[in-house]
Amino acid sequence: MPHFWDGVLVTLQVLALGSLISFSLGLVWALLFRAPSRFVRWPVGIVTEFIRNTPLLVQLFFFFFVLPDWGIQFSALTTGTIAIGLHYSTYTAQVYRAGIEAVPEGQWEAATALSLPYRHTWTAVILPQAIRRVIPALGNYVIAMLKDTPLLASIGVLELLQRSRLQAAETFQYTEALTVVGIAFIVIAYPSSLLLRALERRLVV
Amino acid sequence: MTAGLWEHWVLPGIWITIQLTIYSAALATAVAFGIGMARTHRLRTVRFLAGFYTEVFRGTSSLVLMFWIFFVLPQLVGWALVPMWAAVLALGLSYGAYGAEIVRGSLNSVTPAQREAGVALSFSPWQRMRLILLPQAIPEMIPPFSNLLVELLKGTALVSLLGIGDVSFAANLVRLATTESAEIYTITLVIYFVIAFLLTRGMRSLERKTKAGIGQSPEPRGGLMGKLNFRQQLATSQIPKSSGGGGA
Repeated sequence: MPHFWDGVLVTLQVLALGSLISFSLGLVWALLFRAPSRFVRWPVGIVTEFIRNTPLLVQLFFFFFVLPDWGIQFSALTTGTIAIGLHYSTYTAQVYRAGIEAVPEGQWEAATALSLPYRHTWTAVILPQAIRRVIPALGNYVIAMLKDTPLLASIGVLELLQRSRLQAAETFQYTEALTVVGIAFIVIAYPSSLLLRALERRLVV
Repeated sequence: MTAGLWEHWVLPGIWITIQLTIYSAALATAVAFGIGMARTHRLRTVRFLAGFYTEVFRGTSSLVLMFWIFFVLPQLVGWALVPMWAAVLALGLSYGAYGAEIVRGSLNSVTPAQREAGVALSFSPWQRMRLILLPQAIPEMIPPFSNLLVELLKGTALVSLLGIGDVSFAANLVRLATTESAEIYTITLVIYFVIAFLLTRGMRSLERKTKAGIGQSPEPRGGLMGKLNFRQQLATSQIPKSSGGGGA
């Protein structure tokens, strides 16, 4: 069982760092979607659509095998975390975008009426309201990300699935090992989704 | 890239990916409608069982589920599935659970007066479902189903880890043979992107058709970015819920 807990730890570590990357990068994409120049908006739109509509697994292999060719050396864990963070940033970008669009027009007008500087309009008026609305939706993607962490096993990251498989290979107890992993995911995912539903009721008015 | 690899692995790989997508989408649709309609059933037990199914299959990772069906199920039941069907089963069951939520949501979004009108006309529950609720709910379902279909397509890449020769598996072989990682993986990503594009186009025209059938017109989406945005955001819910997330 120590293998199991080590695996859980690595999975949660990937999840925490991956969420951090996807939340911050997603916000950057969302702000770029609203850039004044179409020469910024279009390339950002194309790149994020491309990342969002292609499989994470292939992206994972792309980074794992291609980055070293370009002279960038990362560990499998780092590569995996970056890939998963980048992939999900294109989802969170859409969430932020919807959140920003949901802020009533009057708030923009009020900021203009008060002649707030552009930067303050964003940081003090729009984003605080937008982010409050999108927290539950962001949480949904954290759960989705959790369920995608086993993909990292394919590049040799010793997360939950990979550790259990190695353990099973030693003892030939595949049934137990894989069943425990499956149940572990449900045990983490279901209460989290209940928590999010409760959060949604409180935050979204 | 050597010509033989392209003809013997990549092209058949694309075909296998397409087949997998079609079969699992068919299974997922069946599961989605079955479970989704069961979640609106009047009996509490039926609703509970359907809800239990959804939570279990949405809660677990599709890759873990796929491994479980591939490695554990044969030991438990004594017979093994052909890898391709094991993969279709895993994908269909888990994406069907996401689809069930879409079906349930759309059925619930039909105005209650429509259901009551059916009761007033003394329609049986099944007649109400078939003649009143579904025809109005299906056009609502198509945009989220379109997003889910792209998720499913991306999910098929997981089968390469079971050794099924889909396009991701072919990419791996080509990489080993030629060591041109950047090229082959870029080509593979573009292949998935093109298939996803064709799928969303198809779903758009389906949406237009079904909406025309009940006398509505789909929302206009003009300009280059409108065409580029594969995923549709529903006007009714400003914040996209992760009805489809959690694939791969």
